[in-house]
Formats: sequence, C-alpha cells, structure tokens
Amino acid sequence: MKLAGARILLECLKQEGVDTVFGYPGGTVINIYDELYSFPDIRHILPRHEQAGVHAADGYARASGKVGVAIATSGPGATNTVTGIATAYMDSIPLVVITGQVPTALIGNDAFQEVDIIGITRPCTKHNFLVQNVKDLAGIVKKAFYIARTGRPGPVLIDLPKDVQVAVAEFRYPEQVDLRGYKPTIEGHPKQIEKAAAMLLAAKKPVIYAGGGTILGNASTELRELAETLHAPVTTTLMALGAFPEDSPLSLGLLGMHGTYYANMAVTNCDLLMAVGARFDDRVTGKIAAFAPHAKIIHIDVDPTSIKKNVRVDLPIVGMVNEVLAHLLKVIEDRGDAVEVFRKAAKPWLAEIDGWKAKHPMAFAESSKVIKPQAVIRKLRELSQPDAIIATDVGQHQMWTAQYFSFTRPRTLLSSGGLGTMGYGLPAAMGAQAAFPDRQVIAVCGDGGFQMNLQEIATLVQNRLPVKICIMNNNYLGMVRQWQELFFNKRYSQTVLDLPIDFVKLAEAFGATGFVASKPSEVEETIRRGFAAPGPVIMEFKIAREEKVLPMVPAGASLNEMVLAS
Amino acid sequence: MRHTIAVLVENEFGVLSRVAGLFSGRGFNIDSLSVAPTNDEAMSRMTIVTRGDEQILEQITKHLNKLIDIIKVIDFTDETAIEREMALIKVTAEDAARAEVLRIVDIFRAKVIDTTPKSFTVEVTGAPSKIDAILDLLRPLGLKELVRTGPVAIGRGAKGWKG
Repeated sequence: MKLAGARILLECLKQEGVDTVFGYPGGTVINIYDELYSFPDIRHILPRHEQAGVHAADGYARASGKVGVAIATSGPGATNTVTGIATAYMDSIPLVVITGQVPTALIGNDAFQEVDIIGITRPCTKHNFLVQNVKDLAGIVKKAFYIARTGRPGPVLIDLPKDVQVAVAEFRYPEQVDLRGYKPTIEGHPKQIEKAAAMLLAAKKPVIYAGGGTILGNASTELRELAETLHAPVTTTLMALGAFPEDSPLSLGLLGMHGTYYANMAVTNCDLLMAVGARFDDRVTGKIAAFAPHAKIIHIDVDPTSIKKNVRVDLPIVGMVNEVLAHLLKVIEDRGDAVEVFRKAAKPWLAEIDGWKAKHPMAFAESSKVIKPQAVIRKLRELSQPDAIIATDVGQHQMWTAQYFSFTRPRTLLSSGGLGTMGYGLPAAMGAQAAFPDRQVIAVCGDGGFQMNLQEIATLVQNRLPVKICIMNNNYLGMVRQWQELFFNKRYSQTVLDLPIDFVKLAEAFGATGFVASKPSEVEETIRRGFAAPGPVIMEFKIAREEKVLPMVPAGASLNEMVLAS
Repeated sequence: MRHTIAVLVENEFGVLSRVAGLFSGRGFNIDSLSVAPTNDEAMSRMTIVTRGDEQILEQITKHLNKLIDIIKVIDFTDETAIEREMALIKVTAEDAARAEVLRIVDIFRAKVIDTTPKSFTVEVTGAPSKIDAILDLLRPLGLKELVRTGPVAIGRGAKGWKG
C-alpha cells in the first residue's frame, strides 16, 4: 500500500513500539500532526518549549531504558532542540529527534524557518539523516532507532523536508538493519577477560569505579554480584548512582570533585582500579597525573574511543559491560580457592577504607534555625517511595542530591552529568512521569535552573503528570557563588537572584499546588503535604543561603587534596 | 609523527563534513586530505595525512571508526605502503632560465603541460619528498603558482581492499 511520508513516519514509530512522543507543531510538521489522529496508541505530549520536549524524551529514556522520541518544526523549532540533543549526547542517552525541514527544492535558499540542522547537530548527535526521498524514509527510521539504542547509545536526528512528508511510497518496514560501517562490539575478548581476572585476584587494594555505562548497559546486577563475590569496594560517578546500592557496606558513594573523602582516598591509594562504563571525566579524575597513581587500570567500555582518552590503561576490554562483567565473574568463580585467598588479602584494605569512613563520613552541620539543603534531601529519601525517580537540575542541589539521597536502584537518578544543563530537571521529570505514571517522580531544582524551564508546569498540569518539584531556594546561582566565595574573593558578580518570587502563587497560577518551608521545623510537614497532594506540586525550601557543597576538590587539584566540611 | 591514513567511506551526503568536523572538533591536525570515488560507486576513499603522537593517532583512528558512514580505516604508517602525490607548478621561464627549467623537469621525469614565452607549467608525480625536492630547485627561478593534490597511498603486495 502506498502511503504519504508523514504517515510512513508514524507507522515506523508504531513498529518501533513507541508509545509516547514529545513534540511541538509548526509549519513544516503539520502533515505529521494531521496524521497523528490515526495513531491513538501514540501518546503525544505538548511541552511549552522544544528544548523541554527533548529533555522530556531524555528523561523518558533514562527512566525506562527505551528510546525517547521528540518532534520539532524546522528553523527555531529545530535550533531549540540543540541543547536537549547535546545533553543526551554527552550522557549517551538514546533518542530519536525528528525535525521538519523546508521542501527539498528550497533547501539552501534561506527559506522561511530554514536552518541547516544537520550541520548544526553533526557534532552533538551519534548520527543524523536528511531524508531526500520518501522511498528511503522507512529504512532511515529503522537505522535511526538501531543506532540510537545499540553500542554506546546516543541521540540520532532525522531531518524530514515537508515535500517528503507529502510524497507517497510503498510502505514496508525493514526487518533488519545493514550498516557495514557500524558493528558495535558485544562480547569482550576472552583472553583479555582472563587477564583481567588474574590482575584482579592479584590485587591487594582493589577499587571498582563504575560509570554511567553500568546503568545504560543494564549491568547493575552483574556489578553487584562481582563486587560481592570479591568483597571489592565500589565507587560510582554521578551518572552511575543507583547502579550499586549505596546502603551496601562495599559502597564508597560518589567519587571526584564532590565525592566522598573515602572514595577519593580509596582511588588515590588503590593498587588496582577497574573502570566499568566510565570515561575518566575531569570532574572525576582531578589532576590526571595524581589520579590513582599506584594502580594498574582495567577499563571495560563499549566505546573504544573512551579507552586511553584521558588516562593510561593497562588492560582495555571493549564490549557490552553486562556481558563482560558476567563473563569475568564466571572466570573468577571458576578459580574457587583464589577468591578466598584474595578476600583474605584484601581484608586490611577494607579495614583501611572503614577507617577513612569513620574519620570523615559524609556530614554537614545541622541547624535548628535555618533549613540545611542536605537535611531536606535526607528527608526526601526518608519520606519518598523506594522506587521514586529523582530528576535534578545542575548545581549545588544536584551535588547535595548525589551526596545525600543514597540511591539504591538503577535508573532512579536522572541528571545532566556531561553537559551540565540547567533547566534539565523539570522536563526530565515530566518525561519519566510519562513513562511511569504510577511511580513517584520528584524534580529537585535550584531556584536558578527551575526558572529556565518553569513553563513546563503547564505541561504537567495539562497532561496530569503529578511531578513533585522541590526548589532549593537560596536566591543565588549557588554553585557559581560557591566558586566566587572560594576562588574570587567573595565577589558575587551576577549570581545574586534577589527578586523574591512567590513560588506558591506561581504554582497556583498554572493550576498546580504550592507549599513553602522557611524553617527546619516545617520541612517534614511540607514534604508530607506535597507528596499527599494530587497533581503537580511545588515545594519551596528557603535554604541556608551560603551553604557550600563539600567535600570539594578544587579544579585541577588531585583527589586527595579535598576541602572538607569543617 | 606523520601518519598517512586511508579511509573507505559510504558515498553519502555530508561524509566529508563528518570527517573534517571530527578533526577540527577534537583539535587534530589535517596536513592534507584527498577524496574520490572508488571502483565501487557506493564508496569513496579518503587519504588523510595527519600528525600526532601514538596516543593521538590511536584516538584519531578510533574516532574515524566510530563514524557510522566509515567502513574501514588503515593507518599506513604501520605497514609498507606506496605514496604518490601530483603537483602542478607554474614557474617563471625567460631567456636562459627556460633551459634550466627543462633540465630540472627532465631530471625529475616531470612534464611540461603548458607553455608561454614567460612561463612553463610543469606536472610532476612522485612521493611527497620528490615534489619537495623539485620545488626546492624551481623556487629560486620564480614560482608563480603551485597546486598539490596531497598524497594518495596504497599498500604494497598482492593483497587489496575491496572498493
């Protein structure tokens, strides 16, 4: 049967099992929107800004593990998606973003709402496609989904000119993808895995350093089994929080710039570091020359370009992290006695780590006068459901959440780690809530980031997405202020947001509910009322204005040169 | 260190931009780049001359391999290969200098492909070092214009790449 391009696109989405798309109509995508009436199984959510639409698709993808889908029109619609796409690219999130384009005959003519979105997004997509012929459309959509979700995942953009949406072609969704230039490695090399097992078992002071790849690669079960078999301590990056339960005695929590004292000391003193699905980001390593100086390094990653990009690696293993870890565990278990010997040899190491934990646990000065943001985060953990999904913005509140929430399940923290996109939290929470209507979804924001995408409260209310928004309000752009305090003589250039906003009224203006806590004694009650209220809720916490995120490794310093909480 | 990398790519829209963007976006250098279709019209072959230490070259080849439209990458510095480059050189040639230019052309087995009373245009093919050598000799006589193709490379021996 011959179908128009717009219809073919939606048939393809249906074939891919897409149940939710986040999109914004416009001149060059009207045909797609018109066809949408024929697809009642595809839920369309209309954000109030295309950037938020892409963040929502990203939140949907991170929470569910499925490919997120967003649609935008040409020109400004397309450029508005760029921050969302770059955010997903840096954190390897599978997305398919569809943009309308001016008719093929007008491309290059500076037509109304024309922009070269293929050129603009080339460096921030895993791949992108301009569809020049309707006959290619189904094959391109199939490839786009395949590329987005396999190997190291990432966003893929399809630019679809208006005339291609109108033109007709025979529709047949391809069953297989043939991309001769793209063959991701699945299994790790068996000899390398044997060597890794030998290196691990020979270590006396091992540390496993888990990155976002352990969540994206669905490897948290394998990670836990391996760590528990070996009694090996595990530290996680921001992107991996939840991949290893933080309530386990083997957990070292977060490492890096705002990591725990004991994680950073363990990495600095270990004799073997096994990196799993991590990329040695500068926020993790601090000064490269002083990073894990005594350690042999094993690096497991699906993306060969991550290996030896920033640090020397003694043993690389390319493959899907869940496959590699399962294989490695099997090899280790087959050694039977060696595991016992290893555990015995590593006992003093675990005792040393326990000493660091006792010396400098994660702590802050509690107060009965002002609300401490860390106390709010702890209370949120205590009062929220065990499978609650937390989305954050970027800044101090993000780090306090990472440090104090104690994540125990994968895909329960959604945060922009690589790009560090303010304004991400609220729309990402919206996407996660669309994926899981029955789970508790909480957006933790600062007052700065919240104001970058606050228009999405309208989307929450309209679509009955009961996201609970917690604003840690210090009337500052707090993280930059912290740097100014520490490194710029307290010259708070342009970081003071001194317009007092009534967030309760703001919530009410959108038809949502608002609560505010100004004193520590009001925190618990505010959270309880906020969680109990139906629909979307804003909970504002007027926090200690100049509270800092500590510990902190100053940029460029080595991990053991931490500024600790006094 | 100088490296010559051959890259087989899908003959798709925008491939050259992807490759060029990879180099510029990550601060890698391109000394020269040549590209043309292969025997299989669905593929093109690029020859890229770049420089960097071992770690940078490893990153360059890995990133090239990561691009979806790239089918195969070979770093020729690891194996024996033959490199050839062509140059078209417009050189000043008047009076006694005309004979001198012709002598140099003869020594290098180059060709004169255009001539005027005041100039010769010379075509020369060879390894990049040979082009450098003829240029060293012609430069004192007055170079009016120079165009080099950048090298193309092929592995020695019976084994070949499809495409």
